[in-house]
Amino acid sequence: MMRMVMVVLLAFSGTALAEGGMLQGSCAACHNITGPAAQTLKDAFAKKGPDLFYAGNKYRQEWLVSWLQKPARIRPAGMFYGGHVKTGSKGDEIDPSTLISHVVLSKADATSVAAELMKLKPHNDLIAKEKIEPGSVPRQMGEMAFNKFLGCMACHLIEPEYGGFSGPELYTAAKRLQPEYMASFIRSPQAWDRKSMMPNKQLSDGNIQKMVHYLETLSKEGTNGN
Amino acid sequence: MVTKLFWLALFAVFSVSVHAKETAEDNYKAYCTQCHGIEGNGKGINVRDMSVVPRDHTDAKSMSGRSDETLFKAIKEGGASISKSVLMPPWGATLSDEEIEDLVQYLRMMCKCKMS
Repeated sequence: MMRMVMVVLLAFSGTALAEGGMLQGSCAACHNITGPAAQTLKDAFAKKGPDLFYAGNKYRQEWLVSWLQKPARIRPAGMFYGGHVKTGSKGDEIDPSTLISHVVLSKADATSVAAELMKLKPHNDLIAKEKIEPGSVPRQMGEMAFNKFLGCMACHLIEPEYGGFSGPELYTAAKRLQPEYMASFIRSPQAWDRKSMMPNKQLSDGNIQKMVHYLETLSKEGTNGN
Repeated sequence: MVTKLFWLALFAVFSVSVHAKETAEDNYKAYCTQCHGIEGNGKGINVRDMSVVPRDHTDAKSMSGRSDETLFKAIKEGGASISKSVLMPPWGATLSDEEIEDLVQYLRMMCKCKMS
């Protein structure tokens, strides 16, 4: 009987996947794949994973394919950190027992899901406003910006062992994200997600370019590419 | 009568979706506790590597040294706007002025203090 159920399930998952149905099924259990973004904090607190309804505007396809086969945590304190923090003797600490791991996909499923995700592009208008010029930022200058001038490190890990924990790690950002998305999100996080935990730092066009260049530099470094 | 109810209902839906104001408690939980801590004691999960530690909102002595206007400015425009740390970001694009005013009152409740 059990075997029969498994066969039926497998058959179903094959069919569903062939029709791009995995997004509507498994993925939609934890991700918002239809939009709009959360309109209230109550909804934002309840999020189990990042919104995927604009995945095609956000992610690099090759990274999706790779990560879905070998998922590693990007947000050290989970999607909404508030649900994964407890008070400790020296202050607040992450409660790992509350964190859930992402399901591992086969290469075929990862490739198929990534292709489906890349079709989701409701924010082409925001992306079209960004143009990334070629350029680079010296390591020292970028570090100064992340630390002293902009304070990104308060909430983000800017190196594997340095920075804050509530936001997604920055040292792999450019591996994961399209450059125009990074620029647009830095320019106005609220244009993408009204209740985003990311503040708008009112950066100039020039500084947005520099930040994207620095994120790209960081992600190209040997140990930061995974 | 039915028409009136319809417009009232439409207005209610519209005002909720456009003007929904969050409570100070939820805004504090969402944006402040990551650095200022669940208990507001300045010991949030992000502080480990910070060069300047976040303010302890339960410390009546230091909090009474700030006016409501200064607190409002710090939240809206960031720490640098009051010559404090850049690690405190500006929340003016995230929160409405009304929500920031509510947060200032929430801080006063946490420190059990006013400006002295």
